[in-house]
Amino acid sequence: MSTVTVQLFASYAESFGGPTLELPLKSGSTVADLLDHLRVLPGASILPDSPRVAVNRKFATADQVVGPGDEIALIPPVAGG
Amino acid sequence: MIRVALVTRAIDPAALIASIASTGYGAISLFAGTVRDTSDGRAVSAIDYSAYTSMAEAELEQIVAEAADRFGVTSLIVEHRIGVLSLGETSVAIVAAHAHRGPALDCTRYVIEEIKKRVPIWKMEHYIDGTREWVDPTKASGVTAK
Repeated sequence: MSTVTVQLFASYAESFGGPTLELPLKSGSTVADLLDHLRVLPGASILPDSPRVAVNRKFATADQVVGPGDEIALIPPVAGG
Repeated sequence: MIRVALVTRAIDPAALIASIASTGYGAISLFAGTVRDTSDGRAVSAIDYSAYTSMAEAELEQIVAEAADRFGVTSLIVEHRIGVLSLGETSVAIVAAHAHRGPALDCTRYVIEEIKKRVPIWKMEHYIDGTREWVDPTKASGVTAK
């Protein structure tokens, strides 16, 4: 079991109370597994049914496997422009 | 010239047009997004833009590559501003040049629509009454933003 750092931004950072979270990571864990860990944390009520997650600066699918070396970020609804 | 940038200074659309101009082009299309004084019926005083900078730049690069390929545009500049903007200030500028107006216009439209879907930039609206709120375009509101 290792840990992974998840970056948070904007409304999610406010809701979870900071710009990063440390989550446990088993070998072979997927984006969906990380979201399961996130959902039990204080502040998780802000998350929609299917939050967007970026792995290494690209939008990821729920079944994508993540490792400790990956750059992982939770992406709130975007509002650029 | 194709380039994208997140900037923390004022955007100068006229300077972007000047930098892209060439006698080979018959059309230069500019889209400028600006800070409006109302949002969903509330009086806005300012908007604070923030970003996941490295991913936002990567997504912008991807979008302009797609647009260049799709519309045959070889001159395309996108600047998006980050930080606190006052009413009327330019938050985003897209300039596309082409021999003909169709591809230039279609290109700017494509880029702004894709920015709104997938570039990790967020805005917090500050209102005249002192309150503030993160803008969430996925939530239904009384007014449909188009």
